[in-house]
Amino acid sequence: MKSHTKWAPLVVFILLGSALTYGLAKPDTRNIQSKMIGASVPSFTLPPATAGLPGLASSDLATGQPHLLNIFASWCIPCAAEAPQLKAIADAGVPVVGIAVRDRPEALARFLARNGNAFRAIGADDASQVQMAMGSSGVPESFVIDGKGRILNQVIGPINPQDVAGLVAAVKAAR
Amino acid sequence: MRRLILALALVAAPIWADSDLPPAPLADTQLPDPKQEAEAQALMETIRCLVCQGQSIADSNAELAGDMRAMVRQRIAAGEKPQAIRAWLIRRYGSWVTYDPPLDRVTWALWAAPILFVAAGLLVARSSFRRRRA
Repeated sequence: MKSHTKWAPLVVFILLGSALTYGLAKPDTRNIQSKMIGASVPSFTLPPATAGLPGLASSDLATGQPHLLNIFASWCIPCAAEAPQLKAIADAGVPVVGIAVRDRPEALARFLARNGNAFRAIGADDASQVQMAMGSSGVPESFVIDGKGRILNQVIGPINPQDVAGLVAAVKAAR
Repeated sequence: MRRLILALALVAAPIWADSDLPPAPLADTQLPDPKQEAEAQALMETIRCLVCQGQSIADSNAELAGDMRAMVRQRIAAGEKPQAIRAWLIRRYGSWVTYDPPLDRVTWALWAAPILFVAAGLLVARSSFRRRRA
């Protein structure tokens, strides 16, 4: 055996050991991207989530006008942090519609009164069924939907102030 | 001070980012038909929770896992096949969501590896036995 090949097992051992240690130390939580991007919004009809705003159906998203669909909940703290950004997006002329996951009408009304209302319609998804149908795995998440009701893009987690301009442009380009 | 902190830790409730809606009707209730419930249970044990990644939806206390169990039981009760429900979830979340991943371009190595390792072992064994005889 040549002198340098006898070190090969040690090198392999060290490489394997470092890879396994790295894998153990790195927390294995990741965002699950929806595989529905590029597909049509699944068919659904949701009742109004709170008084004064209409509910939401998939047919509302195929009216020739692009939408930003926000999946949120009044009990979700990042959703409250995201509210001003949604308002800015709505004020820029983008129709923002919502799906409230496992929410109560009065809690949602308080949430909208406190954080501002960017929504034209909010559907109540009491058992997360539409959330699952969209391939969404948490709140908040936002989907860019084109005028034909096709899902173009997904934002996982809250929309930050620096994301607003990009999202407005993305929805406006989606006609 | 230390005792006080420990005492406080005992009574403190963790803050969950959870709703206050009760679980969906079928999240924690078995189906009346034992055969259907067994099918649903077997499927739930192989579907990965999207929140507590690493747990199956049968094991997880996350609300979304409860809603996923309710969805599985509803569909089984309506006569849908477990494989169809699994396919529905894979369509939305990718193969990541199942603990029983389909054989495809990415996963073939999982099935091939044991066979390759046994074959390699046989080759090593054969050559070493030969050497001994010689």
